[in-house]
Amino acid sequence: MSTYSASKAVAIPQSVEEGAALSGRPLSFPTALLASGTGVFASAAWVLFGLCCQLWTDLSDWPRTHALSVAAFIIAGGILAATVSGKLLGRFGAGLQARAPWLLALGLFLSLWEVATAKFAWLPLPFFPPPQAIIEVYTDDLPKLLDSVLASIKLQLGGYAIGAAVGFLTGVSIGWSRSVGYWVHPVLRFIGPLPATAWLPFAFFTFPSSWSASTFLIALATGFPVTVLTWSGVASVNNAYYDVARTLGAKPSFLVLKVAIPAALPHVFVGLFMGLGSSFAVLVVAEMIGVKAGLGWYLQWAQGWAAYSNMYAALIVMSLLCSGAITLLFKTRDRLLIWQKGVVKW
Amino acid sequence: MVALAIAEPITYPAVGASLGVEHVSHAFDIDGSALPVLDDVSFAVKPGEFIALLGPSGCGKSTLLRLVAGLEPPRSGVLRENGDAIAGPFPSRVVVFQDPTLFPWRTVWNNVALGLEAQGILKGQRQRVYDAIELVGLSKFRNAYPHQLSGGMAQRVALARALVNDPKILILDEPLGKLDSLTRITMQAELVALWQRKGFTTLLVTHDVEEALFLANRVIVFSDRPARIKADVAVDRPYPRHRGDPKLAELRRNILGLLGLDATW
Repeated sequence: MSTYSASKAVAIPQSVEEGAALSGRPLSFPTALLASGTGVFASAAWVLFGLCCQLWTDLSDWPRTHALSVAAFIIAGGILAATVSGKLLGRFGAGLQARAPWLLALGLFLSLWEVATAKFAWLPLPFFPPPQAIIEVYTDDLPKLLDSVLASIKLQLGGYAIGAAVGFLTGVSIGWSRSVGYWVHPVLRFIGPLPATAWLPFAFFTFPSSWSASTFLIALATGFPVTVLTWSGVASVNNAYYDVARTLGAKPSFLVLKVAIPAALPHVFVGLFMGLGSSFAVLVVAEMIGVKAGLGWYLQWAQGWAAYSNMYAALIVMSLLCSGAITLLFKTRDRLLIWQKGVVKW
Repeated sequence: MVALAIAEPITYPAVGASLGVEHVSHAFDIDGSALPVLDDVSFAVKPGEFIALLGPSGCGKSTLLRLVAGLEPPRSGVLRENGDAIAGPFPSRVVVFQDPTLFPWRTVWNNVALGLEAQGILKGQRQRVYDAIELVGLSKFRNAYPHQLSGGMAQRVALARALVNDPKILILDEPLGKLDSLTRITMQAELVALWQRKGFTTLLVTHDVEEALFLANRVIVFSDRPARIKADVAVDRPYPRHRGDPKLAELRRNILGLLGLDATW
């Protein structure tokens, strides 16, 4: 039975590699190098990084230099292996190929960083620690760092959830009810633009604990943009939608839950994104000033002890957490607002 | 796709409701002053009749439909469905607007299910949704989102969303106004077929004279704003009608004359 389709038979090769695979010839070396060139160079860059760790002696005493160079060689080997066997690895291989230029840049950057700090101290030393010093923080100070991460996540999550929920409900009610809007709108206008950090002194002597004070501040920073955007979302819902629903027998609760809220949801997400950004700022400040835990506090503590490598290590973790949170919110939105695909350009 | 209109004789199944419009006047507030849009409009519609409301653009026809739907109360006068005064929207009177106004966050199926869901009777009556979608020939697009549909398809979904409620009075506010002429002609025939099958009373606002004559039992011609009834023209021709029918051409000439356009034809 010959059921293969014409489109399959005349498929255009996507890459040189695939083309060679299709025609069934073994790859000659230069073609292979061209096809997966960046991958090979990326691997070479990581070898270079490993060599940079080994070739010169460190200017100071960092116990992780050797381990780091071994890790660099392993990564280089991994990149090379994955590049050569790219086809066999399926999606992972394709993803690696797409990111090869970044791996190359990263390898070069690490090599330069290594040489500029640990080996020749072109950058002044205590302030610019080498990569191995930061690795050392992750291995030796892990429990404290993890505690800080957990404390930050707990504080951020609690404050953000409260702020988002309160902001959403407030936004919907002022968007829906004129009388609620009459009372809440001026308050919002008066208090909202105030940076949440301006409340710090007030919050820390009013609330029973610095933890609850910080939660309040994060909720405040989140709540304002969520409220305003939810409100504007609800207020800008096309009246024709309500007319349609009303002629079909919808009660007011249906109009709010099934018309106003879904229609306003794209706006709500803009508010959630803005709230997330400003709540990060408040989180760090609150941890630096009042709460004796969390990444902000860790940063402050590291700076106080001139433990600059700890500071950089914490910064890296913090940026990973923040971008992770943003990514999570994006994924949630993409899932909830799947109907927007094709209507709005993301 | 819907089968073409069944031949005469015309029978009105007892599904449609009668509609009474009694001395209805209405006005809008624009910058504090009242702008009259309807002036003492009265007419009666028998159950199952197909009435076209024709008039110059902006004369207040659509406002009359909003009053019939119960979306707004009239300034004076009464509207009655089967003798009972209309006090607010009710799913026995469903509107299809000029824009399909489908909810973009709902699939075709969920848009059609809207009425049953709003009335809290969707559970156990899901088959009605499938049937309504089948009726307008869009079963293959059940799970599509509105932005994936063409203008004609979207308007069909809007029609299904209305019909799923088994309305007694179907209110059509220029539902074919924004469609291309080919789709329009197809959907006019489908509309007649649906109306004959279902037997609901139909009120159609249009400013297309031909459309009115092709579809309706009676054409009510309105004056410029504030709208008054200028003429009530019976279209006594059997269905399915033929667009080249000389009787319809004559009626069209008369109606265009009433609208002050006789010189052009």
